[in-house]
Amino acid sequence: MTTPNNELRVKASGVDIAGLRKSYGSNEVLKGIDLTVKPGEVVCLIGPSGSGKSTLLRCVNLLEQPNGGTIHVAGFETTDPEVNLDKMRQNVGMVFQQFNLFPHLTVLENCTVAQLKVLKRSKNDAEKTARENLERVGLGDFGGRYPDQLSGGQQQRVAIARALSMEPTLMLFDEPTSALDPETVGEVLSIMKNLAKSGMTMLVVTHEMSFAKEVADRVVFMDGGVVVEEGKAVEVIGNPQQPRTQDFLRRVLDPTHVDI
Amino acid sequence: MAMTTSQRARMSKTIQIGIFVIAIVAVIAAVDWDKTAYAFFSFDKLGPMFPDMILIGLKNTIFYTIISFAFGLVLGLILALMKMASFAPYRWFATAFIEFFRGIPAILVLLAFGFGLPQAFGTNWPQPVNVMFALGLVSSAYIAETLRAGLQAVPKGQTEAARSLGMPAWRAMVTIVIPQAFKIVLPPMTNEIILLTKDTSLAFILGASFAQYEMTKFGRDGISSLDAGITPLVVAGLFYLVITIPLSLVARKLESRSARTQR
Repeated sequence: MTTPNNELRVKASGVDIAGLRKSYGSNEVLKGIDLTVKPGEVVCLIGPSGSGKSTLLRCVNLLEQPNGGTIHVAGFETTDPEVNLDKMRQNVGMVFQQFNLFPHLTVLENCTVAQLKVLKRSKNDAEKTARENLERVGLGDFGGRYPDQLSGGQQQRVAIARALSMEPTLMLFDEPTSALDPETVGEVLSIMKNLAKSGMTMLVVTHEMSFAKEVADRVVFMDGGVVVEEGKAVEVIGNPQQPRTQDFLRRVLDPTHVDI
Repeated sequence: MAMTTSQRARMSKTIQIGIFVIAIVAVIAAVDWDKTAYAFFSFDKLGPMFPDMILIGLKNTIFYTIISFAFGLVLGLILALMKMASFAPYRWFATAFIEFFRGIPAILVLLAFGFGLPQAFGTNWPQPVNVMFALGLVSSAYIAETLRAGLQAVPKGQTEAARSLGMPAWRAMVTIVIPQAFKIVLPPMTNEIILLTKDTSLAFILGASFAQYEMTKFGRDGISSLDAGITPLVVAGLFYLVITIPLSLVARKLESRSARTQR
């Protein structure tokens, strides 16, 4: 694994999902998913809305409770009823579509609160780590602001810095640019690209095909609660084999092309 | 006869002013001003009420309000959490408790504490303790509903973000959810304190030593002991405003200060 900048090197962990099932009532949204993400690998989950890709992501750090199957992540078996979920989550960063910054805390406090209360770091250490990560997302001067004083793109970058401040070995991204104004999408994607270069393991639910093609080591196409097709990004996106993948990509890449 | 819009507006205004003037003239003519002044505004005869009205009455009203609210807040928080608990019997109990104490008059609860409990259990608590428990119980029912609504108004994504940073559920609650809920519940909570302030006037029903009198008691005693109509009650009423209006102002200030961090 190549690392362009030594100070950004991260220790990475992987994900191993086997036979994952999840239902809401009688509606089965994940129908036996197998997926492996190797340490340092970047995997993009793509697929139509309702395909279960966000649910799959949320099962990884157990924001959703699976109904069956096993998940190993960052050295923890999250599906083991005895597992220490909080310990596991300290190692798994998550970035949400709606940012979910804490509106009553400053940008800096957003990045230090979990370090202080969960990792029990000293205030100095926590602020140092937070500032490093805010620098990393290009918001070093924004520590004293409140989230609602920032643009959507800036908020999402803070959310990334907040997750990175816990020094996770794996990052989950749940449609991180879907709620953004078009002109701020690029700044968030470029941060994610740098993060990928630093060797972070990333599992990304996204509709940004150019990002997936350029940054992802692997792309997984999901539809109807199953993995339909997976492989190298250029192959799945550039030369899809399954009709459902072809159909989906045609609609995403050329929105004016509609079969009526 | 057709009228233009501006003619109609002028006509409407003339009628409104006419009715207003007639009403005022009628009241002035009908009221016996000497009697009214005696009944409501005999401020010159109130000398004997002071300074006890302030040093004892105002002090006790504030004191009863604070201890009742403190007890009601703790109990209300417990009830709110019970109402959101996953264990169903907790929810049933909290619901029954809230419906009961919200549905009966505060004065009945006061009487129960002042006369019922001593008979049944031989309790012999000082009056302030009875007031604290009785009014605290009643207000906890309202506070619980307010807190529950406030806690549930904080978006679920906040808890998810906190949990995904490794915070245990209680930590996410204390550090992330409750501070945000606090800002949401501030206006209804101010209402609750104001209601409670006024409800302390019911304490007289339990009987009290002079040092335990609150403002309404002084007002009532003033009616019989001072030849001043109900002016003592008017003064008591004004002193309630001395408590409640600043409360509203402080709450409004806190609210506007936190408006920035409220989306």
